[in-house]
Amino acid sequence: MAWRDDWRRVRAIARKDVTTELRAKAGFNSVASLGVTILILLGLALGPDAQALRDAAVGAVWLALLFSGVLAFNRSFQVELESGALEPLLQYPGPRWTIFAGKLLGNLIFLTLMVTIVVAVGVVLFSVRIPSRWPTLLGVLALGVVGLVVLGTFYASMASRSRAREVLLPLLLFPMLVPVLVAATTASKALLGADLMHDADAWIRLLAAYDVIFLIATFLAFEHVIEA
Amino acid sequence: MNLSGLGKRFGARWVLRGVTLEVSRGEAVGLLGANGSGKSTILRILGTLLNPTVGTATIDELDIVRDASAVRGRVGYLAHTPGLYDDLTARENLRFAADMLGLGYAAVEESLDRVGLSNVAGDRVRGFSAGMQRRLGIARLILRAPRILLLDEPYSNLDAEGIDLMNSILGDVVRAGGAALVALHELAPARGMLARTVSLVDGRIEPVSPALAAGERTGPMSVVR
Amino acid sequence: MPTNDRSLDSSLPRRTGIWLAFACFAVLGAAQAYSISNSPAEGDMGHLQKIMYVHVPAAWMTFLAFFVVLVFSVLYLWRRREAYDLIAASAAEVGAVFNGLTLALGMIWGRPTWGVWWTWDARLTSTLVLFLIFIGYLALRGFVDDPGQRARWSAAVGIIGAINVPIVYMSVMWWRTLHQQPSSPSTLDPAYTLGLRLNAIALLLVMIYFIRRRYEIARLERAAEQAAQMAAMGGR
Repeated sequence: MAWRDDWRRVRAIARKDVTTELRAKAGFNSVASLGVTILILLGLALGPDAQALRDAAVGAVWLALLFSGVLAFNRSFQVELESGALEPLLQYPGPRWTIFAGKLLGNLIFLTLMVTIVVAVGVVLFSVRIPSRWPTLLGVLALGVVGLVVLGTFYASMASRSRAREVLLPLLLFPMLVPVLVAATTASKALLGADLMHDADAWIRLLAAYDVIFLIATFLAFEHVIEA
Repeated sequence: MNLSGLGKRFGARWVLRGVTLEVSRGEAVGLLGANGSGKSTILRILGTLLNPTVGTATIDELDIVRDASAVRGRVGYLAHTPGLYDDLTARENLRFAADMLGLGYAAVEESLDRVGLSNVAGDRVRGFSAGMQRRLGIARLILRAPRILLLDEPYSNLDAEGIDLMNSILGDVVRAGGAALVALHELAPARGMLARTVSLVDGRIEPVSPALAAGERTGPMSVVR
Repeated sequence: MPTNDRSLDSSLPRRTGIWLAFACFAVLGAAQAYSISNSPAEGDMGHLQKIMYVHVPAAWMTFLAFFVVLVFSVLYLWRRREAYDLIAASAAEVGAVFNGLTLALGMIWGRPTWGVWWTWDARLTSTLVLFLIFIGYLALRGFVDDPGQRARWSAAVGIIGAINVPIVYMSVMWWRTLHQQPSSPSTLDPAYTLGLRLNAIALLLVMIYFIRRRYEIARLERAAEQAAQMAAMGGR
């Protein structure tokens, strides 16, 4: 019974977050536009040589995801703070981890939509050749995005309530994401090339371990973070 | 509801300096005070949204810090700001609350009806006037069916009809053996609803003269000095 | 800092603090003197190798400081004693200093050895990432005003950050070794090991002294805050 109520809360928060972000003009459109703009700027800075762009494609896409992701995570708590809705949210009975889980799920849906756009644009702009092992490549992307969303949502829950939230979130989040960035880009590059050494598998395991470890750690820590 | 020696500090500033107050079952107590006197801080501490720096408080014998989760299930806190999602409709806002409270959507329609917002339930809150947002906030409060009401300036932005609505909800809770603490800056709208009134001066509770409590119109200044 | 309060003043062990300061810097001086005079000039690097006597122990102390942050952050969330939060914060500050020292010395070493100030060597890179994690932790403390919130949040960030340390280290190591030559692993001549160990002990003492000193200051700051609090609660 209890878990059914909790799951209902998680879903309600996620649905509410995605709906408001898609409806708000400042929400999805602007965050996705930022991601695409970063890609275009990187293309201008690194191009126009096709081979140079191809080599830089993976890194460019990931940087675009990181920077626009930070914006999205901060927004997801800012929406609550601006309208004074965080207090009513904290006032509902039931365990507080459901709030984190709901925000996490909402951000995951939100970022999945954004990643789809950014990656599609990246493939076109950086003339990426789709390799035969593209499903594995998508898997790497998914694992990386999960890691990004888990830590991004967790740190945003603090940074957005501090002074200087715009600066604090990237300052906290980016160093923590170094393993994700290194693993996802290296594995993707290997998969886009020949990957004769089968390097990608080791990186995928690392990404999966990273996701599981921090999913558990952030869930345990959130109770202490959200408390007034 | 029992508050004992509550103190709260924000940075270097002490907003509350030892607040002691008791509110019994079936009693609604008014809390007067100037702007920034700490009325809202008391309500937020009781609503488990802030932890007191010093002191303790209990609601129904439950400690507001240790048993915060159980306390949350009993109190209905109406904040100064409505805390609604602007990009959701009135109905969606309440359905979200119902999901969070584990209630069915039928209750949503009932409470929309009671605050008189049924005809605009499908409109986004962004377009609502301050008074309509207030009513929607009240609808969300009814949804919780709280035993304890913590009301922060409940009458602001409400017309005469809205004030009657607020008072009827307050009356229902008190008659059912609940309790209420109502922060106000003037007593007039709550005429006849409050068992007694105290005032918050310099972070401490002081009694209010019967003449003031009788419900004549009082400006904030006359209460403080 | 107001130290005219008698009870506050006497509660702090100032004397032993001063002796500890003398002792640890004396040991450090002796360890440096011993290791510099007793190590022969190294084949490739010559006397440049002597940077190692600070660089390597400082790196060890960086990791140790992170471990202290982890332990006291967990203790804080468990027991909610303010002292644990202050110790974790002190260790983070001191750790950041040692971390910065490690990086600076690494670059000074790298310039003549590799010909560049910076190289994406596995150890150098992971040390840099640790430095950034420390900076994030300290920035968070600077941007949060409420002491309780600051303590809980920084404990969470400290724990999550510490969990990440081995992961960062491993990922950067792989990143460099899967495709490139591993960075010159120095098989250490026994002539250098004793000097290294002595300096590690010396720097450990220095770190303990620093953390302790920083903690005492933090406690005085909190005591001053609480004195103001009592005054506010007492008088109108």
